[in-house]
Amino acid sequence: MYRAQVRVRYFEKKAYDLFLQNLVKGTSHLAIGQEAIAAGVAAALRPDDYVFATYRGHAHAILRGAPMAAVLAELLGRQSGLMAGKGGSMHLTYAAGNFLGSYAIVGAHLTIANGAAWSARYRGTDQVAVAFFGDGATNIGAFHEALNLAATWKLPVLFICENNLYMEYTPIATVTAVARPAADRASAYGLAPIVVDGNDADAVYEVALAAVARARSGEGPSLVEAVTYRHGGHSRADPGKYRPDEEVAEWLAKDPLPRYRERLLASGANPAVLDRIEAEAHDEVEQASLAAQGAPLADPAELERQVFADGGATWRR
Amino acid sequence: MATLTQVATRTVTYREAVALGLAQEMGRDPTVVLIGEDVAAAGGVFKATAGLLERFGPERVRDTPISEQAILGAAMGAAMTGLRPVAELMFADFLSVAHDIVANQVAKARYMTNGQLSVPLVVRFGNGAGLRFGAQHSQSVESWLMAVPGLKVVVPSTPADVVGLLAAAVRDDDPVMFLEEKALYPMNGEVPSGEHVDQLGVARVRRHGKDATIVSLGTMVHRSLEAAAQLATEGVECEVVDLRSLVPLDVTTVAASVTKTGRMFTVEENPRLCGWGAELASIIGEECFYDLDAPVRRITSPHVPVPAAGSLEDAMLPSAERVADVVRRALG
Ligand SMILES: Cc1ncc(C[n+]2csc(CCOP(=O)(O)OP(=O)(O)O)c2C)c(N)n1
Ligand SMILES: [Mg+2]
Repeated sequence: MYRAQVRVRYFEKKAYDLFLQNLVKGTSHLAIGQEAIAAGVAAALRPDDYVFATYRGHAHAILRGAPMAAVLAELLGRQSGLMAGKGGSMHLTYAAGNFLGSYAIVGAHLTIANGAAWSARYRGTDQVAVAFFGDGATNIGAFHEALNLAATWKLPVLFICENNLYMEYTPIATVTAVARPAADRASAYGLAPIVVDGNDADAVYEVALAAVARARSGEGPSLVEAVTYRHGGHSRADPGKYRPDEEVAEWLAKDPLPRYRERLLASGANPAVLDRIEAEAHDEVEQASLAAQGAPLADPAELERQVFADGGATWRR
Repeated sequence: MATLTQVATRTVTYREAVALGLAQEMGRDPTVVLIGEDVAAAGGVFKATAGLLERFGPERVRDTPISEQAILGAAMGAAMTGLRPVAELMFADFLSVAHDIVANQVAKARYMTNGQLSVPLVVRFGNGAGLRFGAQHSQSVESWLMAVPGLKVVVPSTPADVVGLLAAAVRDDDPVMFLEEKALYPMNGEVPSGEHVDQLGVARVRRHGKDATIVSLGTMVHRSLEAAAQLATEGVECEVVDLRSLVPLDVTTVAASVTKTGRMFTVEENPRLCGWGAELASIIGEECFYDLDAPVRRITSPHVPVPAAGSLEDAMLPSAERVADVVRRALG
């Protein structure tokens, strides 16, 4: 799990660097500070489980096996991008790793994760589906529709709220009727209120493991609120100035990476091994970045491909 | 002698044809499942899915809460992972509360993922006016759907087309919006008695004629045919084309007819602005300009919400008389 967190951190830093060099256009939303949730849940899943994420989805894509070079190439609008440039940062999808998409309309994918979970059960597999989403998503209708359907149909699905205390710029507490935006809604759907330290990968892993076991054994969905903090702004355009300095400092002190490294060392891990994990992640990111930057731009011929199942965009005969 | 006659068709209502088509496909393919509000135990508010729960069981025919986003989201997630779901949205007007799932999610999944995801689902809607249900239960939403890249849009006008096009929709690997015309649910018609599978994107010439082409869809096909019958008694021979689907759009059949007749009229139930006829008129204007003897004329509902009172709704919808009148005067 340390490796997973380091890989994500280094990847996101590189994405930010490329943005500062004006190579990444459009928008992108980084998970720096939130890596422990992605790493902890990913470690609890099987390769055949389904994962759905939001526009803040680089971490989840990478941890489901999406090659970093293809993800960066997608951010850079290259032909070798994960979706040949048609999706961009907010729509990363890696079906080969059952990473069934990143969704940029808040809340919608919770309903879609239900469908994957329903299908798994219908087909007689014990796969589970996981939907990651932000605290802001708990106030949209789709969240409530999805929770109610999952609970009534007892679907094998995990709803993981990455509560980073803010929607875009507004503190979630100022726009939500309850203190814990996800957990305090759980009882409305007959679910247990689960809150976990989202900056502690081990804690997240334990909670996810239990939720996965519950889902696989047919007992239904779980709603998990993992409390965390993003180190940067909401998106690349946001310096995050609306957050009090003390708050930011307090959370930087709780950075999941050094914390995890210290824990490993305290439990007897060899520092050289940890150093090597970091060096390998660093090399992986550098190589991916070089490959992505060297790749040709998305081919305009892609424009009218893959609208329909015949591979094209023909709407008439 | 009757015993020697091969029964090739049977008569069913448009409403029964829905269940017939679904049963045909569910019987053939265990990945076909049906969800929606009241579709299972109650057999649907339009009674179009009666008997399917009894035949296929509660795992395949499921009632849902009143959660249009959750219904279509579940259908989408299931379609992405190996099933071929059919979701009923009840009144087509309810599309508006789930339009995110249709327009942003279902329609774009394949493109945004460069073909990594496939969403072979069918959404069934009770579409259109004529039943005095008022403005929020009577709209024709085909033009809303036609405007979104990535969707196929089908509107059957007969029981046989309900079965054949529904079967084709279920087998199609793209998301298909299947608009059942509420006003046609009681209509009787012949349906082939064996397995019946049609083709999406192929229009039908319902009546041949040399003087004018009337292009229509769904309920309006029947009004167009009535108008054509009236005009025939006056010596005007109209060709009536039933588009059957808006995406794919069968321009070939329409253009061939217009080339022959030199005149095109569209008969559309939708409000005037951005109706499908506007698109078709522009295509025919671009591609058949020199075959046209006169501008394309569109006969649509006025640009108003659908009123409830019978006298008002009747005045709103294109009638056979109005169609005949417009054609008659244009050919004057
Ligand atoms: C339906 C919808 N409304 C608004 C937006 C604009 N928007 C994008 S991200 C965002 C904030 C979401 O906050 P949260 O769910 O907490 O996720 P976070 O970005 O903090 O991870 C908003 C309002 C959107 N994408 N979709
Ligand atoms: Mg947030």
